[in-house]
Amino acid sequence: MTEPAQQPLTGYNFAYLDEQTKRMIRRSILKAVAIPGHQIPFGSREMPLPYGWGTGGIQVTASIIGKDDTLKVIDQGADDTTNAVSIRKFFAATAGVATTERTTEATIVQTRHRIPETPLTENQIIVYQVPIPEPLRWLEPREVETRKMHALAEYGPMHVQLYEQIAKYGRIAASYDYPVVVNGRYLMRPSPIPKFDNPKMDNNPALQLFGAGREKRIYAVPPYTSVKSLDFEDYPFSVESWEHCCALCGSTDSYLDEIITDDRGGKMFVCSDTDYCTQRQENGHFGPLGSEAAE
Amino acid sequence: MTDRISHNADTPLLRVDSLSKSYGPVVGCRDVAFDLWPGEVLGIVGESGSGKTTLLKCVSAQLEPDGGAVQYDTRDDGPRDVYGLSEARRRLLMRTDWGIVHQNPRDGLRFGISAGANVGERLIAVGERHYGDLRAEVTDWLERVEMDIGRMDDLPSTFSGGMQQRVQIARNLITRPRLVFMDEPTSGLDVSVQARLLDLIRMLVGTLRIACIIVTHDLGVVRLLTHRTIVMQKGEVVEHGLTDQVLDDPQHPYTQLLVSSILPV
Amino acid sequence: MTDTDTLLNARNLSKTFTLHTQGGVRLPVFDGLDLSLQRGQCLVLVGPSGAGKSSLLRCLYGNYLVQHGEVMVRHDGRMIDLTQATTRDLLDVRLRTLGFVSQFLRVIPRVSTLDVVAEPLLAQGCGEDDARDKASTMLARLNIPDRLWSIAPATFSGGEQQRVNIARCFVADYPILLLDEPTASLDVDNRKIVLDLITEARRRGTGIIGIFHDPQDRAAVATDTLELAAMDQAA
Repeated sequence: MTEPAQQPLTGYNFAYLDEQTKRMIRRSILKAVAIPGHQIPFGSREMPLPYGWGTGGIQVTASIIGKDDTLKVIDQGADDTTNAVSIRKFFAATAGVATTERTTEATIVQTRHRIPETPLTENQIIVYQVPIPEPLRWLEPREVETRKMHALAEYGPMHVQLYEQIAKYGRIAASYDYPVVVNGRYLMRPSPIPKFDNPKMDNNPALQLFGAGREKRIYAVPPYTSVKSLDFEDYPFSVESWEHCCALCGSTDSYLDEIITDDRGGKMFVCSDTDYCTQRQENGHFGPLGSEAAE
Repeated sequence: MTDRISHNADTPLLRVDSLSKSYGPVVGCRDVAFDLWPGEVLGIVGESGSGKTTLLKCVSAQLEPDGGAVQYDTRDDGPRDVYGLSEARRRLLMRTDWGIVHQNPRDGLRFGISAGANVGERLIAVGERHYGDLRAEVTDWLERVEMDIGRMDDLPSTFSGGMQQRVQIARNLITRPRLVFMDEPTSGLDVSVQARLLDLIRMLVGTLRIACIIVTHDLGVVRLLTHRTIVMQKGEVVEHGLTDQVLDDPQHPYTQLLVSSILPV
Repeated sequence: MTDTDTLLNARNLSKTFTLHTQGGVRLPVFDGLDLSLQRGQCLVLVGPSGAGKSSLLRCLYGNYLVQHGEVMVRHDGRMIDLTQATTRDLLDVRLRTLGFVSQFLRVIPRVSTLDVVAEPLLAQGCGEDDARDKASTMLARLNIPDRLWSIAPATFSGGEQQRVNIARCFVADYPILLLDEPTASLDVDNRKIVLDLITEARRRGTGIIGIFHDPQDRAAVATDTLELAAMDQAA
């Protein structure tokens, strides 16, 4: 479903932020692209929605979006959740840009917690909403110290976290926001995407931008850049897998959400990426419950 | 251990030269000089405020002095000015060839992670990426400091003060440092716990031939652990000699006062 | 007698205690004292109580500082002045050249008797098994029952502690021994054993400077004596 471009609201600058602010943010983005994975401070502005609702991502999107762009916004993979709908409407109203739910039609994808299943292309930019940008924060509360650790690439402590998980659970238990090393240098938090999505970041043709509004940080992974998930030699990185296929589209290689269907323990597994699932069904792929849904 | 012996026998491990540090008009330490040789244990004694902790911090690269130099005989490059090293090299030195055991375990341990992770951190930091090997080494070191292995995955906050210090010691020794700094490692502990911890330190330092600088106000600790003693008063070294000589035949009025202040048991 | 037979040579030694905590009282102990020790010599210090015999031994060991004079000790084939030596050299001299038996054993409460005795050997680089073997032999010779070897000597009788102290010193085979009343609290049998140890060491060429209270003991081991007189303490 694609909404065409429309006339933006009057009384607001294009895409809400004033041009000076956008220039400032773009400078931070350029710097971030130049130093892949390195966190760049920026003057985060008050936005008309609270911190934690994607203010970082919105400011990044507002700074890069143009009249001809087509915007897709997802939250946990879905286009129709409150957060996604609100942000999409926000840009439709303030920038008048076309919006879409189709990954393939979007030029900018703003996301919270997922990377679309459909592979991105060189013509696309994906903007991640980031709650906490600093991967070392759990261990080291001092900003001065974490910056020093980044500067000197002292990343041992991250493996301490993995060690703890193996000692406690017998495996690396982190399942989302799984730390990565970008371009062989900077340790980076990929934002709370499932680790299932980590391999998609590696060598991706699209530009990946990350915005943390409350923490006032921007970072980036340029196209075709290596992104490696941390692990131990004897406990290598691996992604989730499911015994089920998607109940609706029958996909066996997408990230599945567990949906509780009644109060007697009934449940089903469906793609978290709603657009991907819909596309598959339109192309005639169905899971065990898919044909019912189609009727 | 062989590298220790083949090292140049005429080069001190650490050479401290006219070291001074002031806090505004207040003197922390003034014009302190000494050499430390491989395997040697040096005690720094003095009352609170005598500058012994300031001296230790300056020597261990935790606090930049106003004047003077600290030279360390690095494994790779021979003697180097510690404050002339790049920060990256200095920090690497501090977590590999040096160890620092703090008075307060909260300064020396990470309380958010398990005892085992605390002990393993330095090995990970120097590149250990095999969980099985790491786990085995951590277990070995916790045994060496006489910890109950069944508790290695517990948080340090669930341990007694004496156990926390043992974890701190294991955490430092796992990279086999040649030099360890200790700031009042046993103060604040029960006497019986203190005694066992001192035994452990004495045994480890002796068998591993680690050079050590121990700051303490307890002359009993100095007598038990150290070869040599520096007595500080008001930021200056007032006496310096073999530990038994300083304690048995103190020369300076202040040292005599310290020694005569020990209550006989 | 060749020059290399001289193991220790002290010249013009002066020792005065200044008690700063007691109004700066000065207690002179000896002044302008000379002594020398040859290989195989047993020099016994004699003099009344308070004449400074123990203090002299401690000065020769570097445990007390002298105000004047020099203490030349043969170490590694050369003479080294202990009053001018660095602490590092002093420690090395004590490690390999100078053995000292004090009047009382300084006990570390939780170190076993066997380890106390083996320690000097280990410090000299002797292997652990070898050191324990030698320590066991020495303890057995000094009649310390082996059921006590694993126990710290803190609870031992005075005589037992003294024998542990002697074992610790004699096990390491130092070229020079300084003995401060080694037989003081021993019974007749053990006294005999210690005197035998001293004589054996002397025959091997060890130089010994000792204090013996008992005239018979003194007669049994002394090859020479040095008389110390109490100094006038009003200075």
